[in-house]
Amino acid sequence: MAEQVSVFIGNKPGRLNAVTAILRDCAINIRAMTIADHRDYGVAKLLVSDPQAARLALADQGFAAALQPVLAVAIEDRPGSLHDLLEILSEHQINVLDAYGFVSQPHRWAVWCMEVADPVKAAGLVAARGLRVLNDNELYRM
Amino acid sequence: MKVPVWNPAVEFIEREALEALQLANLRKTVAWALKAPFYQRKLAEVGLTHPGDLTSLRDLRDLPYTTKDDLRAAYPDGLLAVTLEQALRLHTSSGTTGMPTVVYHSRQDLDCWTELVARCIIAAGATASDVFQNMTGYGMFTGGLGLHYGAERVGMLVIPASCGNTSRQLQLMRSFQTTVVHATPSYLLHLHAALASEGITRDQLALRKAFIGAEPHSEQTRRKIEDLFGIDAYNSYGLSEMNGPGVAFECVHKTGLHLWEDAYILEIIDPDTLRPLPEGQTGEMVMTTLQRRATPLLRYRTRDLSHWVSGNCPCGRTHRRLARIKGRSDDMLIIGGVNVFPSQIEDVLMKIPEVGTNYLIQLEKRGSLDRLIVKTEIYAKLVAGDLHALDDLRERIAESLRAAILIKPAVELHEPGSLPVSDGKAKRVVDLRPAF
Repeated sequence: MAEQVSVFIGNKPGRLNAVTAILRDCAINIRAMTIADHRDYGVAKLLVSDPQAARLALADQGFAAALQPVLAVAIEDRPGSLHDLLEILSEHQINVLDAYGFVSQPHRWAVWCMEVADPVKAAGLVAARGLRVLNDNELYRM
Repeated sequence: MKVPVWNPAVEFIEREALEALQLANLRKTVAWALKAPFYQRKLAEVGLTHPGDLTSLRDLRDLPYTTKDDLRAAYPDGLLAVTLEQALRLHTSSGTTGMPTVVYHSRQDLDCWTELVARCIIAAGATASDVFQNMTGYGMFTGGLGLHYGAERVGMLVIPASCGNTSRQLQLMRSFQTTVVHATPSYLLHLHAALASEGITRDQLALRKAFIGAEPHSEQTRRKIEDLFGIDAYNSYGLSEMNGPGVAFECVHKTGLHLWEDAYILEIIDPDTLRPLPEGQTGEMVMTTLQRRATPLLRYRTRDLSHWVSGNCPCGRTHRRLARIKGRSDDMLIIGGVNVFPSQIEDVLMKIPEVGTNYLIQLEKRGSLDRLIVKTEIYAKLVAGDLHALDDLRERIAESLRAAILIKPAVELHEPGSLPVSDGKAKRVVDLRPAF
């Protein structure tokens, strides 16, 4: 199962680049990232080359950082492919809590990442329908 | 268990003998006070011209109060009761809230002060073999020099680090294996938050005790400091008008602060009616110095609120104990017509594990309504960065505060170490409401 790093970041200038500076210093690459804004703070979710090392480096510098399992699925970069994936989840009444996607190889592969209540079970259902669920290594190598 | 004690003859004195000593010292104090222009006038108003007129401790109640405004009006030398030649040092207050106040000390005064601080240090279980890092400001602020001389008298190895420069404080603590520190509670919390970024772990330090004072703090804050560092923390009470630190201190039993009653008489009064309150009731502390020649103060209204703790302390000291200072009567906030002490808010916050080490209370006016905003830092290790959990935490803090102070505040969550701390006294309340 892939993991994302979530980091609590104060909503003010200079805080996001404090995070990116730590990752740069550890030579950790960022694959994808989203930020949810909650007025005084935000939570950044990052897919990185080495989630464990990223979490430790951030925590070392006093950041509230945690690892969360994320359901990352490779889908074709073409119209309708995301819909096909979501249909599977919908059929099984699986709710998507948060999601983001990125294109890894244009016109070939995209990756869709989701937070769901039971990611292991969801991964099994998706894989049973012939879709590729990615782990950390695969995610980074795509 | 053997009780550590500095001056057994005085600290274990029988109550009757202590009261006789208080009366004798009170008469001396009145005699000294009559040499200061301010008290010559003030005591003449109540017909007191001779210290022998005082026949019992109860007679103290017939003397007028001395207020902070009196001290300001007497600035710079209206309260000086010795010649400048006999005076050895003076401390002035910061004057940030108005005119400064000044306290002069003679050689004997400084000696008495140092003696009181030495008693405190030993009562809290520190010894001559401790390495003592004094993290409070040296100079006009009495916390630095007060503890410094007391610690030297005890024979500790003293590191006069003064306040601020967190990185250097931690290096000193590690290099010299500091065992005891003196700091404000907010600074110790800040220091702990800085450990990680300085690359220092708790087990590289040898800390075993902290003396915390100079700002009111809750029992929860003390426990938090004790848990974070794995140490014992002892509450220290003092105020510059009464020398500074060394007025009252916790012994190893931590069941209240022993007030040195051979050096001070404490009365607890209702701040509205100015009548003495029955023992055990919380009110304003009114204090009289019993050992200070250069600036004696009679019935000084401290504005601090506390009450006597009943019963005897297991340590056997006969000097009575004060409860944790509840805050200054000046500190009370009136929010939408409700009286709130910042200490009530702190109590709630420090009970919530996910709340970090610093917080700020902000008051604003929105239309005609008061708005209370409580900004808290989060405790990094316990917050997983899950948005729903953070929303729940915010709501839980707001609800717990509402239950305690009857006002539901807006709660803001902040990164660890991001709220402002001053190295001296923490600024916990920011009132942005326009004054009338």
